[in-house]
Amino acid sequence: MTDRREVWITGVGLLTCLGEGLEAAWNYFERGEPPPYDAKTFAPYIVHPLPAVNFDKQIPKKSDQRQMEMWQRIGVYAAGLALGDAGLAGKPDLLDHTDMIVAAIGGERDIAADSAIMTGMRRAEKPAAFLNERLMNDLRPTLFLAQLPNLLAGNISIVHGVVGSSRTFLGEEFAGVDAVRIAQGRVAAGQSEVTLVGGASHGARWDHLLCFEFDGAPLKDKFAPVWDRKPEGGIAYASLGAFLVLESPEHARARGARPRARISAVYSGRNRRTEGEIEATLRQQWETIKPKVNRAGAAVLSGATGIEPATSAERRVLEEVGLPVRNTGTYIGHGIEAQFAANLGIGCLVLEHGALVPPSGSGDAGESPPSLSQLLVTSVGAWRGEGLALLERVN
Amino acid sequence: MAEASSGAAAATRDKAGRPIVAVTGIGLVTSLGVGKSDNWAKLTGGVSGIRRVSRFPTEGLKTTIAGTVDDVYKDYMSPAELSERIALLAGEEAIEQSGIGSKGHFPGPLCLAPPPLEVEWPARFKMDEMAAANDDAGYHVLIRVAREYAANFGAFRFGIVGERLAEHFGTEGSPISLNTACASGAAAIQLGLEAIRRGECTAALAIGADGSVTAESLVRFSLLSALSTQNEPPEQASKPFSKNRDGFVIAEGAAALVLEDLAHARARGARVLGIIEGCGEKSDSFHRTRSSPDGKPIVACIRNALADAGVSPDDVDYINAHGTSTPENDKMEHLGVATVFGERIKDIPISSNKSMIGHTLTAAGTVEAAFTLLTLEHQRLPPTINYKVPDPAIALDVVPNVARDAHIHRAISNSFGFGGQNVCLVMAREPA
Repeated sequence: MTDRREVWITGVGLLTCLGEGLEAAWNYFERGEPPPYDAKTFAPYIVHPLPAVNFDKQIPKKSDQRQMEMWQRIGVYAAGLALGDAGLAGKPDLLDHTDMIVAAIGGERDIAADSAIMTGMRRAEKPAAFLNERLMNDLRPTLFLAQLPNLLAGNISIVHGVVGSSRTFLGEEFAGVDAVRIAQGRVAAGQSEVTLVGGASHGARWDHLLCFEFDGAPLKDKFAPVWDRKPEGGIAYASLGAFLVLESPEHARARGARPRARISAVYSGRNRRTEGEIEATLRQQWETIKPKVNRAGAAVLSGATGIEPATSAERRVLEEVGLPVRNTGTYIGHGIEAQFAANLGIGCLVLEHGALVPPSGSGDAGESPPSLSQLLVTSVGAWRGEGLALLERVN
Repeated sequence: MAEASSGAAAATRDKAGRPIVAVTGIGLVTSLGVGKSDNWAKLTGGVSGIRRVSRFPTEGLKTTIAGTVDDVYKDYMSPAELSERIALLAGEEAIEQSGIGSKGHFPGPLCLAPPPLEVEWPARFKMDEMAAANDDAGYHVLIRVAREYAANFGAFRFGIVGERLAEHFGTEGSPISLNTACASGAAAIQLGLEAIRRGECTAALAIGADGSVTAESLVRFSLLSALSTQNEPPEQASKPFSKNRDGFVIAEGAAALVLEDLAHARARGARVLGIIEGCGEKSDSFHRTRSSPDGKPIVACIRNALADAGVSPDDVDYINAHGTSTPENDKMEHLGVATVFGERIKDIPISSNKSMIGHTLTAAGTVEAAFTLLTLEHQRLPPTINYKVPDPAIALDVVPNVARDAHIHRAISNSFGFGGQNVCLVMAREPA
């Protein structure tokens, strides 16, 4: 396509264990304090929970809050921050044609109800009849809506009035990468003028941890930076929400909005993850993007999760690439579908400050270039999916 | 854009200068059977696929019927396994008809609409048994044996269906698993359509698949009062647009469409089964499960689709209804189409496949697009069965009870879902 146009990021909404908004995250990085994690509540598992959040600020109606489970509240909150940052919040004429792509996990369970059913089942004489009876009596009607993956988007429509269109992608990290890739592609090709894209994850939950313990993925016992969790590796799951507003320059200029950064390319790929395949996919993505990269002003913002062998595979390729590297996962933990949008948001912040955050862990390398103008943002999924984006400063 | 007005290229670009997107392969699995010829024969024969649930005991449930894919289901298949299986069958049928690519290599991306997946009750109960805990049950107990469970029975993974299908068909890039509730299947087609229009690919494999009838899925929809409770006789429960309609019937099914740049399809001599001319969306911020009472989002969705296709309401000859058989949907859909098409709506036949196959949930948009393409191909309108007590408030030609022949060139298919999801597809016969 020769008629592609630029795509700007005009809004970022970030809610992580470092606090609310980009400046809170920046200040936390700058202070050089240890990452905020919780090793006790879900021991032996280590998670990055959110600090106290006053959800009323973005979800004023208690009746709306009651219709959501926590992952949805986190997402609706972060989406509201992004819309506010972009200057779209409360503007129905703009929100009417604002598109939306959400990457979601869903499936948040009623832990009390499920636990009671499992306990009762141990002594049930007619197991199937017992399950039917308990489900009919114990499930809350509204819980289903809190489990449906697309109801994060649905709640964003209801609470914030984003009604251009709404799509939800499923499938762990690569859902988050493809959400951004397709949002970027649609704006670039003129299929959308402005798109809200992102996701939310509520990692500080037993049912959530269970889904990933099948693979032994959650980080246990001892915290370490993502690069230094070998040999077993491990992911410190996070509760976090992250949304971006992607917009055409024409649309942004017409309403007087300024770009935080330009998102020039997004690639996603998959392979079977046999030995060497992660590296091959990442090298191919790097070769594709390399002609656009000015090494003197470029660095890598890695989304490494801490799981092995994916983290070491990414590190090998980044060492070949040889640009300065910083990771975010050591500080904000891992929010799966929401992580890529979170890292792009942090990337905007890094470009605006013109300096990398301090290194954390042995894979963070190099010094901040004096004129930092490009960031390569990576995503190597715990199980599948390799992604890479190019973020650039807009002069 | 310039070549759109000249010679041979004009025939493969639309009015907006975009590549025209053809369908060159269709695959179908529903409660009526496996394969499109069997499905089409039964659908136009007015046969219902709705029956009593036999897969698990229904004691204590309000609704005990469903449109299950019993021809495919085998004991102990999880929703992920069954959804993958029917998606695979539909995909193979579509690719074989299309003749595109080579075995194990489909030259384009996979756009999949799978059901949302989670750890299921049989797995939870098995893990609780394996844990043999003395304390109360709960996820903190299950997690102790999760790795041992996975070693014996396989790990749970959210993206498993798309991953395995991408591996099987050899599609390119990262598989997209899309969920927009009951509009998912239509949105999957839209993703492929848009990717071809962007020039990212010349073909895409769109699949909607839902094999998730479980006790809990029945209970969840029951608690929202969405399901018909008229269990006897099962085949008469789904009665869209009837006055006595009382809810939808949950069902399983899958459909696959091979979407292809028309220029690419013609260049390789492929048979063109139909054209996806356009797609429209509009979200509804009124309520989580109900449509805005003024019908504006549905109206905007259909109008967006017609505008995207570059056609007017007068150009539409048939409507494949969302037609769920819930009191709410059918009333709102009538308001929507009556507003868009005005007085002419009385002359546009509109029928609901769901009267026979039930509501195939995340697959419905793809399944019904496949049936719409077959409707255009065969010039025969499938009926709305069980139409015995017309709703006087819904004055529509629903093709009552019996299929009929018709001359139609262009059709739309509506899909509306919880969470304010509205998608409308515009399909037509191959242009001359």
